[in-house]
Amino acid sequence: MSDPYVKVRDLVTHYGTRQILNGVSVDVERGEIMVIMGGSGSGKSTLLRHMLGLERPTSGSIEILGREITTMSELDLYELSKKIGVAFQGGALFSSMTVGDNVMLPLQEHTKLPIDTMRIMMRMKLEVVDLAGFEGLMPSELSGGMVKRAAFARAVAMDPPLLFCDEPSAGLDPVVSRALDELILRLRDAMDMSIVVVTHELDSAFYIADRITVLDKGDILAIGTVEEVKNDSSERIQSLLNRKLREEEPDPDAYLARLTGTKL
Amino acid sequence: MAADHETAGPARLVESLGRGTVRAVESFGYAASIFGETVKWILLGRRRGQAVRSGPIVSEMMDVGIEAIPIVTLLTFTIGVMLSIQGLDLLRPFGAEQQVGIGVALGVTREFAPLITGILVAGRSGSALAARIGFMTISEEVAALRVMGINPVRFLVAPALLAMLIMLPSLTVWADLVALIGGGLYISADLGMTMSAYVDQVLTTLEVDDVMHGIAKSAIFAVVITVIGVVEGSTVEGGAEGVGRATTSSVVKAISAIVLTDMFFVFAATR
Repeated sequence: MSDPYVKVRDLVTHYGTRQILNGVSVDVERGEIMVIMGGSGSGKSTLLRHMLGLERPTSGSIEILGREITTMSELDLYELSKKIGVAFQGGALFSSMTVGDNVMLPLQEHTKLPIDTMRIMMRMKLEVVDLAGFEGLMPSELSGGMVKRAAFARAVAMDPPLLFCDEPSAGLDPVVSRALDELILRLRDAMDMSIVVVTHELDSAFYIADRITVLDKGDILAIGTVEEVKNDSSERIQSLLNRKLREEEPDPDAYLARLTGTKL
Repeated sequence: MAADHETAGPARLVESLGRGTVRAVESFGYAASIFGETVKWILLGRRRGQAVRSGPIVSEMMDVGIEAIPIVTLLTFTIGVMLSIQGLDLLRPFGAEQQVGIGVALGVTREFAPLITGILVAGRSGSALAARIGFMTISEEVAALRVMGINPVRFLVAPALLAMLIMLPSLTVWADLVALIGGGLYISADLGMTMSAYVDQVLTTLEVDDVMHGIAKSAIFAVVITVIGVVEGSTVEGGAEGVGRATTSSVVKAISAIVLTDMFFVFAATR
């Protein structure tokens, strides 16, 4: 097997003095859809931001496409970024540019292609995400689902071998959300991409994932196929999957103290 | 308890003073690093494969400069007239009204034109820059630029700084002209002297240094306005409300900085 596209080893990160990730290790193979799943506060967004090189970790290593990024210079990181696509949770389309200009921006910045070729490529990407004919609109004129699809089109503009998606289905209705899942599967099949999806949506995760990494409070609880994760007997995983609140012993004194605002 | 409060009061004051000082030094350092980074990208961008593009510079120049012409014209014309009224009133008791053109010419070119133009541009464009970068920061657009391999300073700040550095001095020259014309119209009407006599007086008074003094100041204001707008915008916290706060604070800080640097510049240039 060739080297993994993403290789995270013993990643420890802090936010201020608070430790967020406690030594996380995960691999993403070529052509694989890896879903990183966890509730809010699990550290999944932090893991994503580190894999994108937006933050520097306390310790540990992150290799993206065979290159160590934690010690990489800013310019090398920019160079590597050309081979990575990212679809942000809110789309992060540039609100001052049309949808078409948004999708064309990576091409304009990183290639010397003639403008007509860029336009054709931009329209091709918009076709892939079912937004053909919308290139002249401003992002504010699009619905939530359309913004996310446009963000996907921009993320794959440079035909990257590796795509990261942050909460693709957050804030969308089930139908639109399923359409985005289909889009992710289609992108992998059509472009042979490795895709890393960060989500807390179980349905979506089970539908698209080849493998799932379950994160909780900065620890990896499990890495495995959908079946393996579903059948995992660990209590923490089952409570996450069944959306049960972690049961805690009620403490009447502490409850009363919280309500009255007094210190024990 | 009471004793606690007595010691807590001054201690808190000292603590908040200390924290405030650290914050101020920190943001000054951040501002300096943003400026250094911007200059670096302007000079080395092409060699690094990320040239600062002319399209965004031109569109910034339109926003910062061309669209500010009407308001700059209106206000500096008024300033010219106002200075003339004050000057005439001041000199009349001494019977020296004829010399009023000298005061107007020097006051306008050395002080009022760059100052008023700087304050106007800080209010119009410095705040807009802070709002834009603040919004882009909270909506992850800045992070999106980074992961696309586009340096945000090169893409967002460098065009704004270049546009500001070209347009603010240009607006100041325009403001010089308009204010001098405004002053001249009032003076010639009031004293019954011809416009050409006024122009003669202005031209014999003014030296290249006087005009350059104003222009140099406006270039410094350009840097101050841009850097403060960018620093306020990029350190936004707390959503839309934070963007609003950053916008307001960018205007207040930019105007204060303009007035202060003006004083230091004048002190250094005239001693």
